[in-house]
Amino acid sequence: MTLYDYLYYLLLPILAISILLLFIRFLIGPSIVDRVIALDLLITTSVGIITVYSIVYDQPTFLDIAMILALIAFLGTVAFSYYLEKRNKNE
Amino acid sequence: MSDILVGILATFGTVFVLLAAVGLVRMPDTYLRISVTTKAATLGIGLILIAAAVYFNDLSITSRVLAIILFIVLTAPIAAHLIGRASYFIGIKLWDKSIMDDLKGKYKKRTHELSSEDDDDSSNNEDQPNK
Repeated sequence: MTLYDYLYYLLLPILAISILLLFIRFLIGPSIVDRVIALDLLITTSVGIITVYSIVYDQPTFLDIAMILALIAFLGTVAFSYYLEKRNKNE
Repeated sequence: MSDILVGILATFGTVFVLLAAVGLVRMPDTYLRISVTTKAATLGIGLILIAAAVYFNDLSITSRVLAIILFIVLTAPIAAHLIGRASYFIGIKLWDKSIMDDLKGKYKKRTHELSSEDDDDSSNNEDQPNK
């Protein structure tokens, strides 16, 4: 069992299962804050998936996209919290 | 040898990411979910990225990986703090089995002010009132 098989047949499915669990929370989240957290963790988990993918296919260029996704996750969470606070303040 | 190390690091990272996902589904409260997000996911993603750095064994890839890890470690607590603050301000309830609420009575919903002084008699150890 090579490293390729191990990553491809065991670790990527586990990461896919965790994406599914996070998507359940994203759908049923009672408040909007739960959805924002679930979105943040979805993007962070996809950074991990991209990294494992870049190991499997031996393409280190994918790590640039992982960096951009980490930035987008942070910006999204900050923007959501800013506007949630503003919305409560103005009404 | 390097393959074994990559496998071990990626396995631990994946397990931490899976635990974070299970915790996000199973936790009873928004604030506990925020705590799950910041801790477990940061460690898991960091371990997976270190596995990639060990696998490629290149200076440019390693510096890129270190940049991503530094960025995630810096920004995850900030994002969690901001979203927790916003969720307290928009009035999301704590879990009904939570024991203490440190901000109880210190946030005025009308004027959007957060003071460190209590309104009642317990004013023994507050030193600076900031808004």
